[in-house]
Amino acid sequence: MTAIYTLTAVGIIVGMALALYRGLDGPTLYDRILAVNAFGTKTVLIIAVLGFLMGRPDFLDIALVYALINFIGTIAVLKFFEYQDLAKQSSLYHKPK
Amino acid sequence: MSLILDLASTLSLTIGAIFVIIGGIGLIRLPDFFTRLHGASVGETLGAWLVVLGLLLQSGWSSVSIKLILIFILLVITGPTATHALAKSALHGGLKPKHLDQD
Repeated sequence: MTAIYTLTAVGIIVGMALALYRGLDGPTLYDRILAVNAFGTKTVLIIAVLGFLMGRPDFLDIALVYALINFIGTIAVLKFFEYQDLAKQSSLYHKPK
Repeated sequence: MSLILDLASTLSLTIGAIFVIIGGIGLIRLPDFFTRLHGASVGETLGAWLVVLGLLLQSGWSSVSIKLILIFILLVITGPTATHALAKSALHGGLKPKHLDQD
C-alpha cells in the first residue's frame, strides 16, 4: 500500500501546486480566496495521507484542526471583504425600513 | 477479505487523486471566476471524499477510523458551504459571470 499512498500524495501535491499558481496569479480577490480554500482542503488531505505513509496516524488530529481553521478562516475573510466589518449583520436578512 | 479491502482502497485513493488533479487543472484553465469555482469544487468534494474514504477502508476499527469519519463529516459540511459563500460573496461584491452580458 506504500506505493499507492505515495502516488496519492504526489497527485495531491500536483493539485496544491496548481492551486498555488491560481492564488498567485488570480485576477480578482475572490480567485485568491478560492485558491487558498482549495489549498487548505488539500493540506488536510496530504496531512492524513502522509500520516498513513509514515505509519503515524496521530497526524489526523492536526488534519482535523486544520480543516476547522481553514473553514473558519475562509468565512471570516469573505465576511470581512463583503461587509468591511466582521460583526455586521447581513443586509439580505434585515432590510432597512 | 483483506484483498477486497485493499483493492477498494487502492481504487478509491487513485480516483480521488485523479479528481484532485482534475480540479487543479480546472482551477488553472477555466476562463472565469464562477467557472473556476465549479472546477475547484470538483477536487474539493469528490476528490477529498474519495481520498478520505480510501484511508478509512485501510484503518480498520480503531480511534483512527473515528477521526477519519469526523474529517469526512467536516469535509462534507464545510466544502459546499465555503463554495456557496464564495459565490454569494463574489456576486454581492459586483463580480459578474463572463458571458452573461454578451448575449
